[in-house]
Amino acid sequence: MSAKKQLESRRLSRNLHKIVSSSFPYTILSILVGFIAGGIALLIAGYNPLEAYASLFRAIFLNAKTGKLSTKSMTYSFIEYANPYILTGLSVAFSFKTGIFNIGAEGQYIVGSLAACLVAIFVKAPAWVLIPLCILASIAAGVLWGGIVGYLKVRFGSHEVLCMIMFNWIAFYLSNFIVNLESVNVGGGKTWTKIIPDEAKITISKWFPANVVSSNTHFGIVLTLICVIAIWYIISRTTLGYRLKSVGLNRDAAEYAGINANRCVIVSLAISGALASLAGGLQVLGVNYKINQFAAQESYGFNGITVALIGGCNAFGTLLAGWFFGAMKYAGTRMKVGSDRVPKEVIDIIMGCIVFFIAISGLFRAFFVRRIKGGDMF
Amino acid sequence: MTSEGNENRIPAAVEMRGIVKMFGSFKANDGINLTVNKGEIHAILGENGAGKSTLMNILYGLYQPTKGEIFINGKKAHIDSPNKAIELGIGMVHQHFMLVQPFTVTENIILGLEPVKHGVRLDIASARRRVVEISKRYGLNVDPDAKIEDISVGMQQRVEILKVLYRGADILILDEPTSSLTPQEILELVEIMRNLTREGKSVILITHKLKEIKECADKCTIIRQGKYISTVNVSDVTEHDLASMMVGRNVEFTVDKAPIQPGETVLSVRDLHARDYRKVEVLRGLSIDVRRGEIVGIAGIDGNGQTELVEILTGLKKATHGSVTMNGQDAYNKSPRYLYELGISSIPADRQKHGLVLDFSVEDNLLLQNISNRPYSFLGTLNRRAIHAHATELIEKFDVRPRGCETHPAGSLSGGNQQKVIIAREVTNDKDLLIAVNPTRGLDVGAIEYVHRYIVDQRNKGKAVLLVSFELDEIMSLSDRIDVIFEGKIVYSAPGKETNERQLGLMMAGGGEHHVG
Repeated sequence: MSAKKQLESRRLSRNLHKIVSSSFPYTILSILVGFIAGGIALLIAGYNPLEAYASLFRAIFLNAKTGKLSTKSMTYSFIEYANPYILTGLSVAFSFKTGIFNIGAEGQYIVGSLAACLVAIFVKAPAWVLIPLCILASIAAGVLWGGIVGYLKVRFGSHEVLCMIMFNWIAFYLSNFIVNLESVNVGGGKTWTKIIPDEAKITISKWFPANVVSSNTHFGIVLTLICVIAIWYIISRTTLGYRLKSVGLNRDAAEYAGINANRCVIVSLAISGALASLAGGLQVLGVNYKINQFAAQESYGFNGITVALIGGCNAFGTLLAGWFFGAMKYAGTRMKVGSDRVPKEVIDIIMGCIVFFIAISGLFRAFFVRRIKGGDMF
Repeated sequence: MTSEGNENRIPAAVEMRGIVKMFGSFKANDGINLTVNKGEIHAILGENGAGKSTLMNILYGLYQPTKGEIFINGKKAHIDSPNKAIELGIGMVHQHFMLVQPFTVTENIILGLEPVKHGVRLDIASARRRVVEISKRYGLNVDPDAKIEDISVGMQQRVEILKVLYRGADILILDEPTSSLTPQEILELVEIMRNLTREGKSVILITHKLKEIKECADKCTIIRQGKYISTVNVSDVTEHDLASMMVGRNVEFTVDKAPIQPGETVLSVRDLHARDYRKVEVLRGLSIDVRRGEIVGIAGIDGNGQTELVEILTGLKKATHGSVTMNGQDAYNKSPRYLYELGISSIPADRQKHGLVLDFSVEDNLLLQNISNRPYSFLGTLNRRAIHAHATELIEKFDVRPRGCETHPAGSLSGGNQQKVIIAREVTNDKDLLIAVNPTRGLDVGAIEYVHRYIVDQRNKGKAVLLVSFELDEIMSLSDRIDVIFEGKIVYSAPGKETNERQLGLMMAGGGEHHVG
């Protein structure tokens, strides 16, 4: 081999190595495999997977009747449906980065929506006061809900995962209890709260002509985008992120270096909680306008784990993953083969498979990296 | 014992010829030859990162050589997996043990090879018999029914050796076997290795400790920067020769130290009491002073309160009684941060647990205490450029290798270079007191020389140094004053020059009257 060629091949292999050792290609691979697995399920159920998937992707972007690109479909997919998943995903991703597993996003989501809803119902104020107040209330609820778990962990050494699972149920029943209080309940034997006043709503659909945006497009997405950037900035550019990460990666060394590890754990859980509860607050103010009595957990928090994993626990990755998840949730209900509705449960199968393959992608990575490192390339 | 004549007729147990191993463009092994005869203890000597482990991983089938041939008992072998290596009678005892803690010794040994009766039933009794038999034969003295979590590190290592023997190994590779053993355990290990070779087994010993090679090895192959240097009869060379061949230059064992007059007291500890995690009192009225321009060495056998003393001085542990002052200010039971601000920096005993965040980059690790200071950050925002430049400067100044490792994870560096990162950080912090705990543990001669030089430099700059080490040689060559700790108290104190190994050893073992000087 000539020297130049050798150099060329070396550079190629180095780039190849970089690619196979980053997580991005495996995420894409996992998504593909997830769709294949979903396709097999569809085949077994007697649907043509290609047609079903074609209708799925059409539903994300196109108008069902005209077949033209539709901003309405896209706002459904990427704002209305995706918004809560981006935030709960971000919450879980942030906790992972700082060495904690926030499985409590579910409960934090609930207390966030509860706080926003109660403030909206009971406080009489003009929109420019009420909306920020509701949002702040929802954030505060999450800070508290996450922070308490952090406090219990550092004060009594209770394990945060067990603690948060219990806190999820506390939030769940607390919410059901409050929803049925006389002063909160809408009355007439119904099982949901009063509708929040118009001053508290953050929906902006009425500012646009009909058929341009979804019925519940809200400006919460702007806050969400700010959160994505802020979390990326905190993690990679601030001393706060540096400290939180150091405690997450090696608590002993961080303490030895004089970093207050206990405070870091509480701060990390509080920030994580704030993101998940903001998701709940925005959902009440922008989409639901009330809280129903739950029959089962709604899984916004748990799906946040899925989103964080697909997003590689990276802020911008989580944003993309949240959009993907929201679009699947929205379009999944509109999948058709001919005129038959395809059961939307297939989306859950696809998502489950994607997470599964991402979870084992370390195996693939080890395989490919070894192949290239093994020296067989040159 | 094999005679000279026999060796010529019997093929070598292992012969590796012209082994080359490339990782990308990096040559980890560059034409290495190794011949190990039956019944021989063959040491492989080299600095950290010289390519010893790569060579052994090739022999054990974990890596494939880029070039070169391997012969086992005279037959050419293609070892493409550890299973193949085991088949050929090669066994490896790793530096870090791979044992299941809640299992018994026997259960660990048979793991993966469980003998069965009637096709399904685990026949633990026959396995146990074999374990006992092998243990007796080689003088391993292992209790087959003890749980791993209940036995000492030295005993765990014997279990690993037994595991390899149980699988029928004739060639044993021991990777840095003494790095976590006490001196007594090392002696016992040497005895076990002799028993093995007496029975015709071959032992390949990977190490960078010269003393051990002199003590037990027959032959020694030296590797430097991936290249084969030489194979020598250990009895023909001195420790000094071995060190020079390994490092490639003349190595000074003694530390150059000009006498200087110590200044005022920096650290003063009085009547310190503390309990360990079992609530047993481990410090019982310890007092010590460290002055400017002075290295005070604390000699003692592990477990006499050294760990607790250092933990209290660095804020990781609370004392129950006593006083600590630092430059005249109260430093008793304060937080790590407060003590750091008072002027205490330290090289911790466990560099991977306390010294570094292994998943952090080298540049981030270099600022673990000072990230909030300008220019590295301003109003909570990191200045990546300044952080990088700071690292580049220190990497150059402290000779951290490889160059350009600013953004590599600290965990990817060799042990010696990880230690250099910590030293670079702590020395640059420029605090009045440096506490160094076993600062050269696990390092090779070249790195040790380097670490010692920096510690003496600190003293020469007028800093106070408190050196805690289990290596008596290190204490003796560095310290201006030596204090012996025994059962939580200083029982002996003398200027470094006015004492000797015998005297210190006696005091460390608790012999002799208290006479604190």
